[in-house]
Order: sequence, then structure tokens, then C-alpha cells
Amino acid sequence: MMRKLQHLVAAADLDAAQIGYLLGVARTFSPYVQRGETIPLLQGKTVVNLFFENSTRTRTSFEVATRRLGGATTNFAASTSSVQKGETLVDTARNIVAMGPHCIVVRHASAGSPSILARALTIPVVNAGDGFHEHPTQALLDAYTIQETLKSVEGKRIVIFGDIAHSRVARSNIHILKKLGASIAVCGPPTLLPPKPDALGVDHAYRLEELLPDADVVMALRVQLERQNRMQIPSANEYARFWGLDREKAKLLKKDAIILHPGPINRGVELDTEVADGPRSVILHQVFNGVLVRMAVLAAVCNPEGLAEWLDRGGHRV
Amino acid sequence: MSEALLIQGGRIIDPSRDLDVPGDVLVENGRISAIDAPGKIPASRAARLLDARGAWVLPGLLDIHVHLREPGLEYKETIETGTRAAVAGGFTSVACMANTQPVNDTPYVTAFIREKAKAVAPCRVFPVGAVTKGLKGEELAEIGGMVAEGAKAISDDGMPVMNSYLMRKAMDYAKAFGVPIISHAEDACLVGQGVMNEGPLSNELGLRGNPAAAEEILVAREIALCRLTRCPVHIAHISTALALEHLRRAKEEGLPVTAEASPHHLTLTEECIRHYDTHYKMAPPLRGERDVEALRDALASGLVDLIATDHAPHGEIDKRVEFDQAANGIIGLQTAVPVTLELVHQGVLSARRWVESLTSAPARLLGLPYGTLQPGREADITVLDPEQSWIFSEDRVVSKSRNSPYLGARLRGRIKATVVAGKIVYE
Repeated sequence: MMRKLQHLVAAADLDAAQIGYLLGVARTFSPYVQRGETIPLLQGKTVVNLFFENSTRTRTSFEVATRRLGGATTNFAASTSSVQKGETLVDTARNIVAMGPHCIVVRHASAGSPSILARALTIPVVNAGDGFHEHPTQALLDAYTIQETLKSVEGKRIVIFGDIAHSRVARSNIHILKKLGASIAVCGPPTLLPPKPDALGVDHAYRLEELLPDADVVMALRVQLERQNRMQIPSANEYARFWGLDREKAKLLKKDAIILHPGPINRGVELDTEVADGPRSVILHQVFNGVLVRMAVLAAVCNPEGLAEWLDRGGHRV
Repeated sequence: MSEALLIQGGRIIDPSRDLDVPGDVLVENGRISAIDAPGKIPASRAARLLDARGAWVLPGLLDIHVHLREPGLEYKETIETGTRAAVAGGFTSVACMANTQPVNDTPYVTAFIREKAKAVAPCRVFPVGAVTKGLKGEELAEIGGMVAEGAKAISDDGMPVMNSYLMRKAMDYAKAFGVPIISHAEDACLVGQGVMNEGPLSNELGLRGNPAAAEEILVAREIALCRLTRCPVHIAHISTALALEHLRRAKEEGLPVTAEASPHHLTLTEECIRHYDTHYKMAPPLRGERDVEALRDALASGLVDLIATDHAPHGEIDKRVEFDQAANGIIGLQTAVPVTLELVHQGVLSARRWVESLTSAPARLLGLPYGTLQPGREADITVLDPEQSWIFSEDRVVSKSRNSPYLGARLRGRIKATVVAGKIVYE
């Protein structure tokens, strides 16, 4: 019997069975979404997107996912409201819960905020990214995309490169992809790698060239090139030269290797345009798949019984 | 292609091969081709014979800490004059610090130094890239690009990186390119306006003091950051007894920390400053007797790995001024050998340890295939008469600058010949 999914706070909390279940649900949803149909598992329910940090694509993806399930969404941009008046995180969330929604999707710049809310609230909490900690739905959509393109995640060599130390995407991916049986290597300037990468259970290298020939999947991460980051990266030019996946370095890749990026891309920095837009790139598939896995997560936490019933009936309309 | 050269009858000392024997060295096609007992290699094999009887035949000496001042400060020194002084002093390789104008903080400046040296220098030149842009201690320099152009280490020598976060990141970053960080370890804030070692003498002379603690704090910090990052860290011109104690503990712990001693810190004390002679003004400053003793012992035991000159040419305009206004540093390339050889004569150092500290130890630090007489390697050789005395007179100064406290002094130990890649470049 699979452990019940009450919240989705961290990929670290998911076991292989839960991950497999969510990806399976997403796969079942796929033909409906492609046909533009709604699966009314959230009919009459409201999902609040509680975003303490700016985001357009993730929030939109959650909104679309909610609506594809027949639910309603409300956006709460916390940076422009009560927080500025000095209200605490938990008080803000409790006020929202008092309005009767069925789920809170939270993004916050501070690691651990979704975990605090999950303990304080009576309704499901879904993490849409917390600081450098986790972004579990991103990792689920990445795993889904790899499965879809390469049939399976198991046994695959996955290279994640860029700012690993400050990436919630990398952290969540490491948890999920490892549980699905992949072997993972991270790469980037040592200034942007965690102090002990081995502790994450992954290999590491400082030079991309060392890792590319064995990679089945290459996941590029966005780097912050702003001036305040110049204590970690001397210049965009040097970054691109040593850690950007350009045409030359891409020649080292196996014929079937695929390239992922969580977006938004710094073209010419971590990915050259011809690589980002080339035949190996599955970046836009990731975006579509993001809707599917978020639908799966929302259905699983807001209406587990309805979802089980729907699946039992072979995925036919309720 | 250089002609074959036979160096005959010298005492061959090569610590890299545990060698200290009388013998002959044959050089062919620019490489060491044979080392054998005296007279064993027929003279007919060489077009050129070099009589080394009574002399020491050593792997070419390396000085990993010089200031060549080019580009931008050519009135003090140029790549050409500085490297001519180097070979006159027995050095076959030098590493030049980044505090030029512009600073060597981009691949383009590194490439300029490399190309200029290729054109004019009689010895090998290895650029040291800056740690931070403009040596300002604010942003990382393009270390990867500089290493790709030939930089063998990085250092903000003379301008210690005071931001510990940035220094930590620099150490992290350097690991990707396999180069050590050389630290001029003095806490700039604590040094303040200090111009000599702080103590009773600075008080007596009315000069602002620069306390030993300034060096000890930064040496301790570099060690802590080395422990955190495991990046090789080299302490330039270490000079205080307590800093050596920090170093000893770090080495016992197995950290990749190394250090160098300068000839002046090994032989001179703050007493020299009594007459406000700016030729004794350095950074770090000359210290007291006990520090000098500790430094000599540390060099002898190998705690301090190597000798480096910190050759710092300055024009008259920089040095013939009030003591507190004067620039720091002295030229050292031509005097390093006799000045430090005196420690061998005095029995402080063994000959082997002395040679090691000028050959295999610095070569190892920068990952260079030199500092050895291994057959097959490029023939960089220094031939030295350890007994011959000479006077370091003005007309013998090859450097463009004359800022040396040894000017006019009688020195023991004279370079007979310097060979780079099989070619005699100084005789």
C-alpha cells in the first residue's frame, strides 16, 4: 500500500512508489490534456497560489493545471500585501485558509517555509520552490520528460551543471532521479558547487568535458551573472568558455543524449542558442509536462479518493 | 638547435634525484643527455666544454616571486632587464607577479607577458595571474582564462585579499584550474600606516609599527580557508616565529600549505633600519633576531619549503624619499644566491637543502618539469663557484633598478654559467 501523499513539501520525502505513482498519473492525464479536455477531479475546489517570490511560469503552470482539473485558482502575491505590513508567514497563511480553499501552493525565498506551513495548516501544501532547498514539481516534470524521451530513468547517467549550490532544481532532481535509479554527476565552477558534493550521493567534476561523453541526460541550470555574483564567477565570458554547453562541447555528447533546462535560459552563457534550440533539446516538452505532473500532484493531495476511482475506471470521464 | 655542451669536473647536486657526486653533465639538443663520473663522457661528444672544477653544478634555479614591472612600469624594470638579472643571478625560471599596469588580471595581459618573454627573455617566465580584478579585492579575475594562457599560480601579491568570503571563493575557483594561490599574508587593516616591524625599535625611531600579528592573522586565515577548500595555498615571504608555528601545525595536519622565505628575511633584522635607509623597507617588514632565527631553522628543516627573492625593482623616485613615503621592497635576483649560500657556509643549511629550496621545491609548487637534472629533461643548469668572492658594485647591476641594501657589499658565491634549454645564457 502506497504511503498517502498529504502534502508535497520536498522530493526528499517521496519514496520510489510515490514518485512512480505521480508520474503514472501524469502519463494517464496526457492524452486528455493534449486533446484540450478537462478532467474534473478538482471540480468545486479552490487552489491558492501563495507566492512570496516572483514567478510567472511556475505560477501559470499551476494555474493551468488547476483549471484542467476543473478547479478555481486565486493568486496571492504576498510581496505586495500583508507581509509588508509585518504579518508573519503562518498568520498570512491561516488567514487564507480561513477563506476556505482546498490547497495552498507556496513559493518562498526562504528555505523551509513550505515545511513550516504544512505543519501549521489543515489543508494540503504544495511546494512551488523554497529558497535553495527544493522545487519538487520541477524535478517530477524533469523525471517525466526523461522517461518520456528515453523510456526510463533507471541506469541513466545524468549530468547537472551550473549553480548547483544555490539550486533548488538540482537538489530536488538529485533526490528524485536517484530514487528512480539514475547515476548523477554535478558540474560547475567549484564556487557554485556545494562544499561536499559527495554527501549528496553524486559524483562531481569541475570540467564539463570530463562528464559529457558518458551523459544520457544533460541538465543545464541558470546562472546568476549579476554584478553581486562576481565573487563567484569572474565574467559571463569566462563562465561560457568553461561551463557553457556550446556547439564544440556538445560534440562530445552521445548521439541520443538529451538536453534539459528549467528556464529561463541565459542564451550564450549556459546554453548556446543552437544547442538550446537543437534536436537534442527537450526544453519545451518540459514545460508541457510541467502541467501534467502538477495536475497529478494537485489531484493526489486534494482529491486522492476521486483520483483512485478515476484511475480504476480506466481513466474515463467521471 | 643548440650545440652539444659538456660541463666537466663539477660537484653535481640534484636533490630531485638524491644526487651529490662529482661528475660531468652532457647536454645535447637542449636536453640533459648524460651524467657520469668525471672523465667518463668523451670530450669529443661536445662542441663546447665548460670547466666546472671547484664549482657546483645544479639544476637551473627557480624564483617563483619576482616583479618584472612590465607592462606599465618599465622605468623600474622590463621583462628583458629583469630576466637578464635573473640569469646573471643563476635563475633559469622566474614567476612574475601580477601587479603591473594594467594588472595581469585578464588572459590578454597574461598572453602579452608570455609572448614578450618569448621574444626577449633569456630565461623562462611564468606569469602569476591576479586573484581579483585590478587587485582590488572585490571581484574574481578571469583565472581560468589566465591559466589557459600560461599562468601557473594566482596572487594579489602586495594587496592581500582582505574579504575572507572572496578569498574562500578564489580558493574554490582555483581548484578547477589546478593552480595554487600565493598569499601575501598581512592584514592590511592592522598594518595600517605601519612602515616597520612594531616594537621597541619602531617606538624609538618614531616610525609607525606594523605588528607581527598582522602577518600571523592572515597566515592563520589562509590556513583556515585551505582547510575549508583544500586548495593549495602558498604563503609568500613568511617572516614571523608565530606564523611559522601556524604553518607547522597546518603541515602536521596534512593541509596543502607551503611557504617561502626571502633572502632578506633570512639574513637581516629590523636593526638595519636605524639610519632610516629605505633599502631596508619591505613588506612584510624586517623582523627581530628571534624571528630570523626561527625562519632559518624552518628553512633548514623543510618547514619553509623554498627560497624566493620577491625581487622588487623601484626607481630612485620611489626609494630616495622619506622612510615612510618610500616604496616597499628590494631587488634580489643577483644577490639571492650569495646571500642565502652564506647560510650553508655558516652551517645553518645543508648544501642539499639549499639547492632543493631553489630548484625542486619551487618547481613542484608550480607544477613545472624543471628543477632537476633528470636525463631527457630540458637542460636548465646553474654552475656556481661557492667560494669565489665578488663585489656587488653598481656597474654589475643588471636590473634596471638599483634598490639593494647589498650594493657595494662583498659577497661569497658567484655564478659561473647559467644554461637554459641547453644554451649558455650567462657566463
